[in-house]
Order: sequence, then C-alpha cells, then structure tokens
Amino acid sequence: MPVDATLVGREHPAPAPLEVTPERVAVFARAVGQPAEPVPATFPIVLAFEAMQAFLDAEQVDLHRIVHGEQRFAYERPLRVGDVLSAVMTVTGVRSLGAADVVATACEIRDAGGDLVCTGRATLVHGAGQ
Amino acid sequence: MRAGDVLPEQVFTVTRADLVAYAHASGDHNPIHQDEEVARSVGLPGVIAHGMYTLALVGRAVRDWTDAAEVVELGAKFTAPVVVPADGGVDVVVSGTVKDVTADGLVTLALNATCGGQKVLGMPRAVVRQAVAGA
Repeated sequence: MPVDATLVGREHPAPAPLEVTPERVAVFARAVGQPAEPVPATFPIVLAFEAMQAFLDAEQVDLHRIVHGEQRFAYERPLRVGDVLSAVMTVTGVRSLGAADVVATACEIRDAGGDLVCTGRATLVHGAGQ
Repeated sequence: MRAGDVLPEQVFTVTRADLVAYAHASGDHNPIHQDEEVARSVGLPGVIAHGMYTLALVGRAVRDWTDAAEVVELGAKFTAPVVVPADGGVDVVVSGTVKDVTADGLVTLALNATCGGQKVLGMPRAVVRQAVAGA
C-alpha cells in the first residue's frame, strides 16, 4: 500500500450494524477485566475495527502488516445496552514516516436514529520495520 | 476530584491468554498479538499486546479512579510495544493526576502508562464528567 493521496476522503462503512447486547458487553468487559456496567469506554473499537477491516480489504492490505499508531475516542453520550450502532470510517490523511506509511482515519459511530454517539480517530501504520 | 490530585498507581499483569481473550472480545485477530513468528516477520520484537488492550487498561484505571464517571474522551498514541512473553506475563503500570476540573464538572486526567520502566503511550488523555455538587 503506497502512500496514495487518492485514499483520502474515501468512506468505509462497517459491513453491518452492531447491537450492543448484554452478552457482547459481558465478553468485552471480562476480557478487559472490568464490570460490564457502564459499558467499557473502549467497547466502540469492536465496530471501528470492522470498519477498518473493510478499508484494509478494499485496499488489499494484510492486517498483520498494520500496527495501530494512535486511537482517540470522543463520546457524545455513553454507550448503552440496546444501542444499535453503525460506523463509517473515512481516511483523513496519508503520510510517510521513514519506511512506513501512516494512514489517519476518523470513524463516526451513530445510533439507530442517526445521532452521533462517538467519534474515533486513529492512525494505522503500515510497513514499519519491513 | 481536584486539580493536582495524584491518583493511585495501578499495575496490570498482561499474559498471552489475556490477548487471546481480548482478540475474541474485540474481533481483532491480528496474529502479531498471538504468533511470535508472524510478529518477528514484520519487525516486532515479539508478540505484542493490542494497543487497544493497553488503552482498555487505562480505561479500567480511569473507571476505578472516577467511580465509573461518564467518559467524554479517551485516547493515546501507541508509542512503544508492550511485549508479552509466552510464559508468565508483563506488568503495565498506569498512573495519573488530575490536570483540570471545569465549573461544569469536566475532569481532565494526565496519564502515564509504562512497561519495564518505558513509556508505552504518547499523550494519553482522558476526560470524564463528574457530578457537580449542588447540581
């Protein structure tokens, strides 16, 4: 994946909405070692990751060549069990960092009513050390 | 919480089994978090924790420190890998101070996360909303 300015602005939706079920939250909360209530703050990565994977598939990039460089979430409201969330990831920038390419992304996560729940900003580092 | 408050350091031991559980829970099955050979093939020093697992540990510390206050912002750069050995585990140490408290109850935490004495997160930051007395 060469640094390619044409990536910027492309939108990559997660393939399907994610229902925030008690079971899903319980598995996540157990894995990060905290109670399921309130929903762990980093839970939206489940959906953001699916959108990122859609991007990698579209660009034919192997996941194992990607390292997560940065992740920041800003929340409009807490996530709640029962939410049905959708995500669209947009590439906001590409740059070179030594031998690696750095792709900056923004992922908007919205509820079933279309209201913004949270925004995830991430960088994906491709090809470092290779 | 008041600006300047020092929050009690929290130590989390991370094992390969934790990474397997996190991969399952998060959907991130990147083999660099499971497979030594794949990790080394892409230039990593060994199997590394998901950056988001480390950030989740920070979230866990924030939850404890703030009595599960509503999180408004949480994020960090993943500046150094947390290398997780096949046997035993590795400790991630999370510390923090209260940097700022606004009149409407937004609390900004300055955070630090280290592994083996080395910082693993860049500019880690959390903002939570605490109940305002009398509100």
